[in-house]
Amino acid sequence: MLNETSQLLSDSVERIFSDHVTKECIINSEKGEWPKDLWDEIVNNGLNLVLVPEELGGVGGSWFDAGILFKAIGKYQAPIPLAENITAGHLLSMGSIQLPENSIVTILNGDFSIKDNKFSGISKRTPYGSSATHGVALITNKNSSKIILIPIPKGSISNDKNLALESRSTIDFHDVEIIGSSEVEFSSDYIFKIGALMRSCQIAGGLEFLLEQSVQYANDRIQFGRPIAKFQAIQQELAVLATHAAASGVAADYACLSMEDGCEDLAIASAKSRVDDAVSICASIAHQVHGAIGFTYEHGLHFATRRLWSWRAEYGAGSYWAKFLGEKAVASGAKKFWPSITNGKI
Amino acid sequence: MNTPFNFHLTKFSNEAEILRSEVREFLIDALKDIPKETRAETWYGADENFSKKVGEKGWIGLNWPKEFGGAGRTSMERYVILEEMLTAGAPVGAHWISDRQSGPLIIRYGTEKHQKELLPGILKGESYFCIGMSEPDSGSDLAALRTKAEKKDNVYIVNGTKLWTSGAHRCQYMIACFRTSQEEDRHGGLSQFIVDLSLPGVTIRPIIDLAGRHHFNEVIFEDTEVPADMLIGTEGNGWNQVTAELALERSGPERYLSSYILLQELVNEFSSRNDDEGVTEIGRQMAHLTTLRQMSVSVAGMLDEGANPALEASVVKDLGAVFEQDLPNIAHRLMGLEPDANGSDFQRYLAILTQISPSFSLRGGTREILRGIIARGLGLR
Ligand SMILES: Cc1cc2nc3c(=O)[nH]c(=O)nc-3n(C[C@H](O)[C@H](O)[C@H](O)COP(=O)(O)OP(=O)(O)OC[C@H]3O[C@@H](n4cnc5c(N)ncnc54)[C@H](O)[C@@H]3O)c2cc1C
Repeated sequence: MLNETSQLLSDSVERIFSDHVTKECIINSEKGEWPKDLWDEIVNNGLNLVLVPEELGGVGGSWFDAGILFKAIGKYQAPIPLAENITAGHLLSMGSIQLPENSIVTILNGDFSIKDNKFSGISKRTPYGSSATHGVALITNKNSSKIILIPIPKGSISNDKNLALESRSTIDFHDVEIIGSSEVEFSSDYIFKIGALMRSCQIAGGLEFLLEQSVQYANDRIQFGRPIAKFQAIQQELAVLATHAAASGVAADYACLSMEDGCEDLAIASAKSRVDDAVSICASIAHQVHGAIGFTYEHGLHFATRRLWSWRAEYGAGSYWAKFLGEKAVASGAKKFWPSITNGKI
Repeated sequence: MNTPFNFHLTKFSNEAEILRSEVREFLIDALKDIPKETRAETWYGADENFSKKVGEKGWIGLNWPKEFGGAGRTSMERYVILEEMLTAGAPVGAHWISDRQSGPLIIRYGTEKHQKELLPGILKGESYFCIGMSEPDSGSDLAALRTKAEKKDNVYIVNGTKLWTSGAHRCQYMIACFRTSQEEDRHGGLSQFIVDLSLPGVTIRPIIDLAGRHHFNEVIFEDTEVPADMLIGTEGNGWNQVTAELALERSGPERYLSSYILLQELVNEFSSRNDDEGVTEIGRQMAHLTTLRQMSVSVAGMLDEGANPALEASVVKDLGAVFEQDLPNIAHRLMGLEPDANGSDFQRYLAILTQISPSFSLRGGTREILRGIIARGLGLR
């Protein structure tokens, strides 16, 4: 049961992705091609601006709406930095910085410094660094934080890829002129947390895809004279896949909703930890059910599983966030444990 | 295909949160003298005095309509009471089943006479019901049940045996499913009855479980004459009624919180150690707990919306049972302590939960049966 904005966003992203994110599109982008048509459709529909307030020319959507789009990226394996652009839109809006026209924005990951309005530092594993025009960084000092917008081409870029052959560049910035800068009230790990939120949602979407594909395949594939879906062993495995996919969807939704009450550690850390556990189980079942065909490049299952195996490690693996949660729990003590769960705050 | 599940997150109202504080306050005093073992058992633990106190507070039948003596509040509010009681280790077992499913069944299918006579005792926490579904030859395959109820004048004459009946020895009534006729369709010919367990011809024999506890029973009917007006619902409609009852039986927080105490105790133990592996595992289980709770709460939200969350409830129960069953093993791995009924508090909790955990994926529908239901929801069968 979605509200009107959410339903509209959900419909348009599904439509755009099912039209444009073809196997060919994904394969070409694995070879380094930028899917211009797809990106233009996204931008023309304003989907990259979902978290930009209406008065700044955006959609003015909620984090839950953003989550719908994040999930769709995973479900369709869309080879574009839409999640990063949505997040950049949020970060820049919080600093009242306008998103530049025709930009492809990415999120910079690293320790950066500013001297005389010049930006320096190395951004590692920068998502879609090979195509991005701009980067957003967060710089925190003792008692203040700044959101910075800088042009990517001014850095020296060395391109690399993750397991899913998505661009993950290292970009070295040396005294690069800043385009926009603004004081914000974010903690130093704010981007990292939102990164975990994005990837959790993307993973939840990817798991939804694994479930749909595996159910479909099991109904189509005939062995011993009947669809393998009729074998109880297969049914039980797919039921397990379904439960973990469902849990991941809920964990991701909870993390999105918690953003509305301020960025809640409990929900975000739980989401990343929970979906990481789900990936191990679900990817294994999906491949098992698909047999050898799912192990080929020709069959598309791996476009999802390779993403899931990459994403679960990005912005903190499940174990990182589990330790983060565990440390907070033991520091607060057993008496506060249940109340922290019911308050949604750790 | 789109996923057949319909989990959408629901927030608790302010009233619900106020109720939560009241329940916490109440439990501090009410649980003072409850032994550790009983706390570890959560809803396996039964204490009639405690149930009466809960009844006095008006916390049984909280979401029943007012015309039936309930408080007319929401399932979400009822959920708050349940989760607070379970995590505190309250001995809720005596009234649990009548509050959860017998009362609602009587409200939905019972006659005015049933309602007038039976609901007030449930609400007071004085009258307890057990579930008469399983039989020696009918476990997962409920439709195979054979206990016969034959109509003769204004009674049904019942012969057969119910098995694994939790708490029958401390209940006044059983809601039982009997075979009233032999039909082509094996789901046909079943009917539900409210059976007064003090009737002549009813014998209740204890069955001692592996932990040495007397929890469940064998209940034998020998020419037991059940008054015809104690048939509940429609004759022959037993299968549908039981299915509705099972949806309630499977949908609550007791399906994932049974071993909660171990996680809380692990937090306690690791507060004073420097152990990254332990702390990480605790965090991992917190992530599971947090997610399961959101899923489970969403099922309660669906009940309030009048939706039928049977499929979602099966998902939560299956994941929940895995979680509950993992915790004793995780506690063992992290602590390396012997489960010992005479040891430290932690060892005592571990002793109980290690032993009772196999039942978590049996009672209320086995893991395989739930996964079969989920597979059907996915369109695989
Ligand atoms: C602690 C406890 C309390 C209980 N309390 C009650 C109660 O109060 N009232 C009541 O009526 N019942 C009660 N039960 C009974 C419970 O409902 C049954 O145990 C359950 O339905 C399983 O039946 P069974 O034990 O006969 O196992 P079976 O049905 O014989 O199953 C044995 C194994 O075979 C598997 N299996 C069976 N059929 C299939 C299939 N079609 N496909 C794949 N696998 C299958 C099962 O999953 C299980 O793993 C209780 C059980 C326990 C453990």
